[in-house]
Amino acid sequence: MRALLILLEKEFRQVFRNPAILRMMFMMPAVQLLIMPLAADYEVKNVKICVVDYDHSSYSQKLVNKITSTDYFTLVDYTDSYEKALTYVEHDEADLVLQIPSSFEKNLIREDEVSLFLAINAINGVKANLGGAYLRSIIGDFNRDVRLEWLQLPRHNPQPVITIASINWYNPLMNYRFFMVPGILVILVTMVGAFLSALNIVKEKEIGTIEQINVTPIRKYQFILGKLIPFWVLGLVVLTIGLLISWIAYGIVPLGSILTIYVFAGVFLISILGLGLLVSTLANTQQQAMLLSFFMMMIFILLGGLYTSIDSMPMWAQIFTKFNPVSYFIEVMRMVVLKGSTLYDIRFHLLKVLIFGLVFNGLAVLNYHKRS
Amino acid sequence: MKQFIFFVRKEFLHVWRDRRTMLILFGMPLMQILIFGFALTNEVKNTRIGILDNAKDETTQAIIHQLEASRYFDIVENIPSNSQLEPAFQAGAIKLAVVFPENFQEQLLHNNAATVQLIGDATDPNTANTLINYASAVIIDYQNGLRGQVKLPYSINTEMRMLYNPQLKGSYNFVPGVMAMVLMLVCAMMTSISIVREKEMGTMEVILVSPIVPIRVIIAKMVPYFILSAVNIGSILLLSVFVLEVPIQGSLILLVAECLLFTITVLALGLLISSIANSQQVAMLISLMGLFLPTIMLSGFMFPIENMPVPLQVVSNVVPAKWFYYIVKNIMIKGVGFEHVWKETVILTGMTVFFMVVSIRKFKTRLE
Repeated sequence: MRALLILLEKEFRQVFRNPAILRMMFMMPAVQLLIMPLAADYEVKNVKICVVDYDHSSYSQKLVNKITSTDYFTLVDYTDSYEKALTYVEHDEADLVLQIPSSFEKNLIREDEVSLFLAINAINGVKANLGGAYLRSIIGDFNRDVRLEWLQLPRHNPQPVITIASINWYNPLMNYRFFMVPGILVILVTMVGAFLSALNIVKEKEIGTIEQINVTPIRKYQFILGKLIPFWVLGLVVLTIGLLISWIAYGIVPLGSILTIYVFAGVFLISILGLGLLVSTLANTQQQAMLLSFFMMMIFILLGGLYTSIDSMPMWAQIFTKFNPVSYFIEVMRMVVLKGSTLYDIRFHLLKVLIFGLVFNGLAVLNYHKRS
Repeated sequence: MKQFIFFVRKEFLHVWRDRRTMLILFGMPLMQILIFGFALTNEVKNTRIGILDNAKDETTQAIIHQLEASRYFDIVENIPSNSQLEPAFQAGAIKLAVVFPENFQEQLLHNNAATVQLIGDATDPNTANTLINYASAVIIDYQNGLRGQVKLPYSINTEMRMLYNPQLKGSYNFVPGVMAMVLMLVCAMMTSISIVREKEMGTMEVILVSPIVPIRVIIAKMVPYFILSAVNIGSILLLSVFVLEVPIQGSLILLVAECLLFTITVLALGLLISSIANSQQVAMLISLMGLFLPTIMLSGFMFPIENMPVPLQVVSNVVPAKWFYYIVKNIMIKGVGFEHVWKETVILTGMTVFFMVVSIRKFKTRLE
């Protein structure tokens, strides 16, 4: 026990005497949480539209007005040349081209049917899809208006109509930041924990100070614990800063209990630090350790369900996410912060991450050899 | 010149002998292409939904069947009562709930009007939106089936054409981004660390007292990483053409030339970092925070730039990856020629020259 305390004192001193690392560690949450949610806005808005109007009738005018009066679309140009519109798309100045054919109004009224043409820049599939869907629903609305103008609809529905009432729970205003911020908090804690722990032992190897430890009677598990605990504390400090920032900057207060978050974060940190330490015992140079942990973190984070839903991943990736502690933490964070889930709701997540932690740390202890 | 070649050889050996690092450096693009190409889709499919059926009649059964048949949904739960709705969402079991009121069929057939309630889990707004749209489409389909084929007067049809990416593949968007990310990592991070490492280990001193001109030492350090990156560019392009089936529409020579230009930009950045940092950890943190994150966040390949607040849009202009991403996307996917990307190329070249000059000026030939 005493040996452990002394080791801890050494590790803490080392951390506090390296102001560069310390500064970065506290800068990182601030920068990430203040900038990333602003940048990471997937919400589809400001779709740039270019209208090619060959008709110039009062109906085509009305349609264009209807489109530009919504928040989703900004009109780039109103022209009568399709070629010109396409050059806008080529230069990324327009996302959508709506072409209104000549005699749009005439055909609509006389022949009961008319076609509009939509060309969408589909390099970004999501935007193309949602942008197209918005525009079609606006055109559908417009269509209904036209019909109402010409037809007297009976008061009672002659045919069965199913009304669809949709509600959005937990985030009624559909604020994208509520979705991103808890996820980014997880990334933050993961990155701080994984990198610092991965670099730590390997640094001692590179400088040669590990030899000094190897000749002391310190036990292997004590050594690993001595490395683990300081970063565990730092990780929780970073989490606290992160929670404070998300409260002050975005007004996000966890619906569930703060204690649940800390319990899960504590267990999660043990497993992610264990992974970092394992990397550290495997690598010989800091460069290697960094690349290795970077490589793993990248896969963990990308497949963690931060940006894209895990449900829509192919089977192999879904199986992988079962072994990905980051994906559990992201899910738990969103559940607790936004839905107010309790410890009971997340009990299986907690158990799985705890098992990862025991495995990773066990491997790290086994893999650390006092003999060279 | 001979000296220089010896130095290049030394650096090559450094890189070559570190097999683990080599493996990761070549494995990284492979892995990223696989992940981005196959695993990360914004497409919604097989989403877990729950049904609360208070009516349990033929109509609701029929609608539930249609929902089940759609590839977007997996019905995982039949929720027995209203009070069970909230727990199902809280446990994360479902993303959407479809609620049928009592006497649904009666209402629909006698009064010609009935209401279905869709409850989306809007913790993820885009998914909730898409799910509600899809479920609505299924229900409207069913309703239209009830009516039979009646053509409505005054119909406006919409024909849609998806330009450049008719199948709406995500990889069209990601391949150029992955390229920027890998180059950033290999060139900037690895070079900066390898220079700082010599400082940290004290071997820099040995090099600096040798008769070789310092700048040549630095250039010699860059050569192996330059070649590594060239190999990576090749493998990414091959993978994206043959595995992801993303065609190269424009000129291949132009594309490769632009890639090499960006490689040099990033190498210069790595050099700049190494002249600022004194320890490997600091070099690593700077390249992660200062290069990697901005590349992911502000280059426009993950998140649309036009959605960002204006200050960030302004900042995004100094991120070299943004220009590179634009160039590659245009050449590769839209197939435009040099006349469409010359402005961006000039900007990138300007940045490269700037980084080069600053880092060479800052490079110290003395150790204090």
